[in-house]
Order: sequence, then structure tokens, then C-alpha cells
Amino acid sequence: MSVIYVMLAASVVIAVIFFVVFILAVKSGQFDDSYTPSVRMLFEDELVKEKSNKATLTKQD
Amino acid sequence: MEHHTCFHCGLNTKDSEILFDDKPFCCNGCKTVYEIFSANDLTCYYDLQKSPGSTPKEIEGKYNFLENEKIIEKLLEFNDGKTQIITLYIPNIHCSSCIWILENLNKLHSAVSSSIVNFGKKTIRITYNAETISLKDLVILLNSIGYEPFISLDDYGTSKKNIDRSLIYKLGFAGFAFGNVMFLSFPEYFEVNEFWLEQYKPLFRWLMFSYSIPVVFYSAQEYFISAFKGLRSKILNIDVPIALGVFVLFIRSTVEIIFDYGSGFFDSLTGLVFFLLLGKFFQQKTYTFLSFERDYKSYFPIGITKILPNGKEESIQVYDIEKGDRLLIRNEELIPVDCILIKGKAHIDYSFVTGESKTISKNSGDKLFAGGKQLDGSIEVDVLKSVEQSYLTQLWSNDVFKTDKEAVFTSITNKISKSFTIAILSIAFISTSYWLLIDSSKALNVFTAILIIACPCALALSAPFTFGNILRILGMKKFYLKNASVIEQLAKIDTIIFDKTGTITANKDTSISYEGLELSEDEESILKSTLRGSNHPLSRALYDLLNENNIVTLDTYEEHLGKGIEGKYKETQIKIGSAPFVGYATESVNLNTAVHVSTNNNYKGKFTFYNAYRKGLSQLFNKLKTHYDLVILSGDNEGEKENLTKLLPAKTKLLFNQKPEDKLEYIKYHQSEGANVLMIGDGLNDAGALAQSNVGIAISENVNVFSPACDAILDASKFNQLFGYIKITKTAIKIIKWSFLLSFIYNFIGLYFAVSGQLSPVFAAILMPLSSISVVAFTTLATNLAGKKLK
Repeated sequence: MSVIYVMLAASVVIAVIFFVVFILAVKSGQFDDSYTPSVRMLFEDELVKEKSNKATLTKQD
Repeated sequence: MEHHTCFHCGLNTKDSEILFDDKPFCCNGCKTVYEIFSANDLTCYYDLQKSPGSTPKEIEGKYNFLENEKIIEKLLEFNDGKTQIITLYIPNIHCSSCIWILENLNKLHSAVSSSIVNFGKKTIRITYNAETISLKDLVILLNSIGYEPFISLDDYGTSKKNIDRSLIYKLGFAGFAFGNVMFLSFPEYFEVNEFWLEQYKPLFRWLMFSYSIPVVFYSAQEYFISAFKGLRSKILNIDVPIALGVFVLFIRSTVEIIFDYGSGFFDSLTGLVFFLLLGKFFQQKTYTFLSFERDYKSYFPIGITKILPNGKEESIQVYDIEKGDRLLIRNEELIPVDCILIKGKAHIDYSFVTGESKTISKNSGDKLFAGGKQLDGSIEVDVLKSVEQSYLTQLWSNDVFKTDKEAVFTSITNKISKSFTIAILSIAFISTSYWLLIDSSKALNVFTAILIIACPCALALSAPFTFGNILRILGMKKFYLKNASVIEQLAKIDTIIFDKTGTITANKDTSISYEGLELSEDEESILKSTLRGSNHPLSRALYDLLNENNIVTLDTYEEHLGKGIEGKYKETQIKIGSAPFVGYATESVNLNTAVHVSTNNNYKGKFTFYNAYRKGLSQLFNKLKTHYDLVILSGDNEGEKENLTKLLPAKTKLLFNQKPEDKLEYIKYHQSEGANVLMIGDGLNDAGALAQSNVGIAISENVNVFSPACDAILDASKFNQLFGYIKITKTAIKIIKWSFLLSFIYNFIGLYFAVSGQLSPVFAAILMPLSSISVVAFTTLATNLAGKKLK
């Protein structure tokens, strides 16, 4: 059997895996809110009480 | 940090001297919130944003209905007796600090296991242990830190809404297939007769075929459905040529690979569907935190306190209210049904229903209508009608609220597509018959090629991208449109009708003028001191206006309901209120609200309240007058007529004493005469008119709080920019027309190749994305340029 079949099969499988992951991601609601996570990730170091993250958070209203 | 603003909420602190931790606060409420946060090590809240908070409101007893099991059950998303999950709408969420503090709710109460904020929707989803904290306590906790949730009748029973994510799936799949098909068709673009390529050609082609099947039958299904619906009602909408193009592309490509004629057009097919869906996705952007479809349900409370015959209080559901029930309406609560006042002082604010900002005093035995808000302590009432039969609720049974404006309206794209489809079909048939005579083997090839190349991808993308971008630009300027078709409608307007109170006047401030004898310093100070004791809105307004004076402790103070107030200090006695109350015979009919003052029974003078008009009103009307017919429809009396005629252009029509039904009829009449009416209003009294008009814009001082059903919501601070906003919608239509022209050019080039029978897959695969991308680029650039001019 030619190697191209293996290659093609591999490419299709990888593509399908990514697609299934995408569907699962949409289903779990990851695409419902596209703003909050972008702010939330900046809060990880909240216990360090420094005002360093002031400048990065400029979203108002 | 300046020492004049509250550390918590940013309000002015000059009147108060509350200091805590060396930080100034405007009131004890704000100080308390700060104390809660600092005690729990959450002061990081103030580092993320400057003065992010808001003052907690007095809610004594307001959430008693959350003790009712039936109501709780309807609100909860999940409940196993121990763990409960609820999603609450909190209008106050406005910055990153809000997200931070709300997601750290578990630090304030250990029963909360997780809280997740959705900033766009302004909701918070809280998982908590119901054994240690009840829903009521949770809501009270949220309120105590200044984040009061908004629970209305609308939430009742609709908490399990399904979110429609099908467009994301469809788009995702089309994109996925597009990429893979592109990959697979790439080797054949160069048409080299190479050994390996020849051998694997069929395999590649069938793979492409299998990728396209779901694209055609799943991703593109809406185009087929819409085209079918259009044809059935004899309308050639834009989806007809699209569906035809997709269908022909698929059939011809399949036939080509079955009989080994060529590689087919699967790349163009998947690309086309992907780009079309992308346009749809872009246009779909809506303001999830705003609701344009509100009816009375969004404002009514879920529960109300019923007083049982034995004197006990019980929380019941609003729908369970029956005629004859005795209800307790607390301060700041909305009256949900028509009823009779039995006990207490009623000061009813009907602004929600009528748009009229002045409160009305009622005595026991008077009838109260649903929709009023009690402002002065608790009252007891007897129910006359159930919720469904109350006057306010009846308003919504008008047919205007059931018609869908978007469905009636033919969009610019569909208008063009009609002639476009006819033109394409005739070209296809003419050139096919020509080839039938010359070379019949090529005829079918040409026919399909024309339908493929003419598929109006770029044409169909022009409007979604232009409107989507305009929607976004206007949204940044605080003018929120319901959907894209509102832009088109707005561009066609020729008559603009304004409501008066709350629309062209500002709710917050009134201007007050004084006529009469001058008051001595002592008298002024007593006047101010007396006013201080009263909660009547007019007293509050007057109190805020008067200069700083020494506040003295009055010897006596008395309030005469519906008449006025009386105070005594040393030898001076002061009366403030209506003309007869202060012992003054009304000399002339004055339609403006006035407060009269007398000291020691000597009449001094009166304070007259005038509406304060919004800034830039005259300039706005002067700009509008050359393009539009202007009308003011007011539910008020004619008191302001003189003032308005001075202020506004001469040809503005002024109509007073208009009931909600009159406004609706007025608009209907003008529409029947061919006018395209834009109605601008604010209160529920305008709701009918807003629905009847071609475009209804609701003016709102706070976009999160209140607006009746409408097509667009305009932030009150941007009222004077209205002309620019209407103008940009016209520019948008112009941009779309230009991009139509652009896409026609591409179509002509393609058609030349198609008609002459030379259309190759690689050419189609280049031309289609090229035309789509250039149209998208053009519309985006042009709309951004137009948006730059806006203030």
C-alpha cells in the first residue's frame, strides 16, 4: 500500500480530532462570552497587592 | 487621589465628612461596603479601577418573596436540595473590578463555591450550598456590596432558555471543510500531467466530495430554506441566486468527478458558504445586555406581600394575586395591579407609565393603577383586578406589539437581488441557446458556469459587513440598534416625532425661578430647614437648588398631605406648598408647577418649576429641520408651549395633551399618507407609538435600567448627536451601493469567461474569494472612515 494513504488518513484523523474538539468547546459554552475571560486571566496574581495591573485594565463602562 | 470624591463610588464628598482609613466617603453605605471589603482582604477591588463601586440601596423586606419555595424553584437552574445554581442579572456590572469582586464572592461567604461573571450579558452564575446560605441571604449579600440583582417577572419560568449556537457550528464546519478542500484541490490547480498526481486524483476528488456534503446540506441549509420560502411567497430574495449557485456548484462538481471531466468546484463551493456565513456571523452581533423586546414583565416584581385576614404577611407570586386581596406595597415598590388605596400615604410615581416625572399624591379610597411606583413609605391596598386585566397589561394586547417590523420591510439587498436574479437567468438562457446552436456539447457547461460565477457572494456580503460595522461604531457612541434593518429604515426617515417629558427634557434637572418679595437671610435659612424634613420630590428639588444656609433646628414641623409643609422657628412661622395652603388666592391660571411660600401668613412669592431641556436641543432641531418634518407630541399640558416655540424652529408642530393611544393614531395616520416616521420617546406611554413607527428610538438616562420595547436605545447624553447618527445611516446605504457596483464588476469579468465557455476551477477559486475579500475590505474601510466623523 502506498504511503500516501497513510498520510491522507493521518491528515483526515487530525482534522477530525480538531473539529470534534471545536464542537465540544462550543457545546461547553466557551464561545458564549468572548469578553470576560480576557479580563479574568489578568486576575491570577490578585493576592500580590501591587497596583501594577492598573495600566492594563483600561476598559471602562 | 483627590480628596473630593468618594473612594468607593466616585461621587462628590463635599457635603459629608465621613473618613475611614484616611479615605473619604460620600455616605455611610459606601463606607460600609469598604469596611466589608477591607475586613475580607478584598481591597484589591479599588486597585483595578478607581472608585468602581456603587452605593447599596435600602432593601428592607424587598426580597421576602425569595422565601417562597415555588418562586425559588422557578428561578434556580439546578437544585438537589443542597447545592443550588442560579444565574442573576446584575445591571451594575460595568468594569473589571466588578468581575473581580463578584468572582471572589466565596471570600465573603464560604457557602458560595463558585461564581462566574458574563460581562457581555451582565449576569453572574453562582453555585452555592443552600444549607448554609439561602437564596434570599445571597441576594442580600450581593446588595450589601452594591451589586443588587434585578429579578423581574420575566425571569419567572424562563430560566431554562436554550442558547442557539447553530450558526457557530455551521460556520465552524464550513471553515473546516474549506481549509481541507483547498488543501486537496491544490495539486490540481497547476494541471500538470504528472504520474503520481494522475494516480491519486480520484481519491482526492472523492475526499473533497465528502467534505462538501455536510457543507451543502448542513451549513448552507438556511439559504435553501430561505430561498424556498421566498419563492413560495413570490419574492426573489438574495438567497435565491445563492441557493441556486450552491446547488449548481455541487451538482456540476459531482457530475464532473463521476465522469472524470475535471476536478469540480468544491473549493469554491465551500469557500462561498464559509464567507457567506462569516458575513451572517458578523452582522449577528447584538447587544446581549440590552433588551429591545421588553414588555411589562421585565419591570414587574415576581413576588408581592399579601396581608392575610389574620394580619399575617405572606409572600405570593404576582400571578396569584386575586381580586379582593389585601397587599402591602413597600417603599420604592411597583404596584402590579389596579387597586384601591386603603392605608398609608401614597406618592405615586407614574413615570414608568406616562413619562411624566411629577409624583401624584393619593388619599385612601383613591384608585391606583398598575405600573406606579410608591415613593413614600408602605401602603396597603385592595386589589381590583388581576395582573392580566390591569390597565397597563391591557396596553400590550394592542396588535402593534405583535407585528414584526423586520418581516414587512424589504431590504436594499433583496430589492437589488430581484433584478439581479432575473438578469442572471436571462443571460444564462440566452448564452445557452447561443451555444446550443454553435456547439451543443458546451451548452450545459456554459449554463452551469454562469450560475456558478454569478452567485452573488460579494453582493450578499456587502450589506452584512457594512451594517455590522455601522452597528458596532454606533454602539461605541452609545447608540444601540436592535438589528441591521434598523439602519436601513433610519436612512429612509422623513418625519421625526419627539415625545416631550424625558425625551427633549432631562429628567434629572429642572430649572426653578423665584418670583415675589425678597426673602431675608433668616427666612431663607428657615425655608431650607423646613424643606429638609420633607421627602416630597418638589421639596427635594428646591432644597438642592437653594444656597448653603445655616440649618436650624425647627421648633415645630408639620406636613399636610397633598397641601404643603409648615415649620416654626422662634418667632417665624413658614408655610410652603400650594397657593390656597399658604393663604394666597390663585390669580391666574398657571400651568407650570409652582411652590408658594408665606411667612407669618404674609405671602412672599412662588418658585416656578420649568422643564430643563437637553443640551444642544435648539442646534439639533435647526440641523434636522431642513431634512425632516418635526413634531412634538406631548402627554403634558400646554404649560411649556411658549418656551418651546421660542426654542425650536418655527415649522415644528407642537401637540399637547396626547394620550398614548392618540400618539399611536397620529403616527398611523401619517404613515397612511406615506410618511416614514421616526418616533423618539422614553416612557411606557410611548411604547405603542414606538412600536407603530417605522423606527422607534428610546432615550435612556441609564441604558441598563429602563426602556420600553423599541428598535434602538440612545443614551441620553448623546441626544444632541442624533443628526450625525441618522446621517451615517445614509452614508451606509451609499457605501453599500458602491460595493454593489464593485461586486458587479467582478461578476462581469467572471461572466465573460463563463459565457465564452472558458471557466476553469482555478479561476473560480481565485475570483470568488478575491471579490468577497475586496468587498469586505472596502465596506470596512469606508464605514470606519464615516465613523471617524461622528462625535
